[in-house]
Amino acid sequence: MSGRIYLYPLIIRLWHGCNALLILTLIFTGASLQYSNLEYPLMRFDLAVSIHNVAGILLTLTYIWFIISNIYTKNVVHYYLHIKGLFNRITTQLIYYTWGMFTGKTSPFPITAENKFNPLQRFTYVLAMYVFLPVLILSGWGLLFPGIVIHNIFGLGGIFWADLLHVVMAFLVSAFLIIHVYFCTIGATFYINFKSMIDGWHVSK
Amino acid sequence: MSSILSKIKKPFLLSILIISVLVAAGELKDGQFPDVDESVKIDNQECLKCHSKSKYTFENTMTEKVERHRMCSEHQVNPEEYYVSNHKSFRCTDCHSEEYLNFPHSGELRMEPKSTCMDCHGGDENYAKFNFEEIDREFGESVHSNSFSEDFSCWMCHDPHSYKINARTTENIKEIIAYDNSICLSCHANLDKYQLLTDNINPNVVTSHDWLPNQKVHFSSVRCIECHTEVTNDVLVAHKIRPKAQAVKKCVECHSQNSILMTTLYKFRAKEERSKLGFFNGAILGDTFVIGANRNYYLNVISIVFMMLAFGGIAIHVLLRIIIKK
Repeated sequence: MSGRIYLYPLIIRLWHGCNALLILTLIFTGASLQYSNLEYPLMRFDLAVSIHNVAGILLTLTYIWFIISNIYTKNVVHYYLHIKGLFNRITTQLIYYTWGMFTGKTSPFPITAENKFNPLQRFTYVLAMYVFLPVLILSGWGLLFPGIVIHNIFGLGGIFWADLLHVVMAFLVSAFLIIHVYFCTIGATFYINFKSMIDGWHVSK
Repeated sequence: MSSILSKIKKPFLLSILIISVLVAAGELKDGQFPDVDESVKIDNQECLKCHSKSKYTFENTMTEKVERHRMCSEHQVNPEEYYVSNHKSFRCTDCHSEEYLNFPHSGELRMEPKSTCMDCHGGDENYAKFNFEEIDREFGESVHSNSFSEDFSCWMCHDPHSYKINARTTENIKEIIAYDNSICLSCHANLDKYQLLTDNINPNVVTSHDWLPNQKVHFSSVRCIECHTEVTNDVLVAHKIRPKAQAVKKCVECHSQNSILMTTLYKFRAKEERSKLGFFNGAILGDTFVIGANRNYYLNVISIVFMMLAFGGIAIHVLLRIIIKK
């Protein structure tokens, strides 16, 4: 059964576009800083610092935008995580991705206006948006203004923890982005989910 | 009448002098600086009773008056600093003529050549590992030496009455940085001292380092010499201060895995641990962080494995999709 549902309001699409651009910029400049090399610079260090700082501040603003627009459009209901049966639902979805979709099975959790994300999406989006990103943003502000970071935590410098958290979260967000983009190709057609984020209409098989 | 007064005045003035000497001698508390030999402290007190103060008192035998004069700041020694410095175990007369024990000091003593650092530190096996000869050579090529020649000696930065080694002995990196930078700033942030050597306008270190992001953090996290010296492996601390135009300005020279900080600021902590575990584990664990230089070996391995798994999983999935579609 194929159908079209208007799932992504303009405000969410605009946020998604800005968020994607900023995250890509931050990953590129961040990797350039983390793996800086005198002989093989990915990007000029001071330029990477400036762009990373500006993009980080803008990401904070878009995150606030995300939170507000999510509440305003009631999109936030799709991020509620029901713990009961969560593991089973995620496993079912994983089995579909690794076996079912190759054996002609239909999606166990078809996309509807009430159920915008499948359980695996819902779980990873909650992790990305409500755990990884806030920690990434807060640790980033800590590194931007080292004076605000607690001086000593468990015998180690606060800056050390901020750096560690920032790098780990950045890595997780990068990994999320790669898998997220790939999973978007598993739609009615290869590119249809990318189109959805432009016109707002989700098309199911 | 006047002879009576003079008879009274002399013992009175002498008693004042004795009291003032006793007060001065009592300034060093008993048991203070226990690692300095008591005999050294007692002997040095003869000099320090005047030379530790901004004003000193003496009896002028010509006028028979007790006079109070200002002590030139260059001739003042702070005992609190001296007895924790490198030369704390020295008697004043180890470096200065014993003739100075007579007061008033003979005018001829001014003609006596002063000891230089190399008089003791040069060509001595005890100091061979510090390679003072190379330090002297590097200093000779430094911008300080080239610009000011004889006027600029080791003592401009390493006051023999207060200088103490930090980098090799102090655990706290921040303390090393603050101490070493205070040496540079004693001239470069002090117009009076700066203009003892030059008529140049003292450059404002804050504005001249405007280009440096997070300037305050840099100033408290690295020493001036990290960027302003030419680093070699021959000496423990580089002494060839380079001209401004040759200072390190490329961020990556510090902010990379082969950070020059490993051969300068963190040299003493890092040298025994500089291995594949890198800067993070070897040198600055917990104290601070340097973007691009702090790399955790284990975290790197985990991230590479994780990324390979992600890309591998995607590749297999893509392959299956292609095969099934056929």
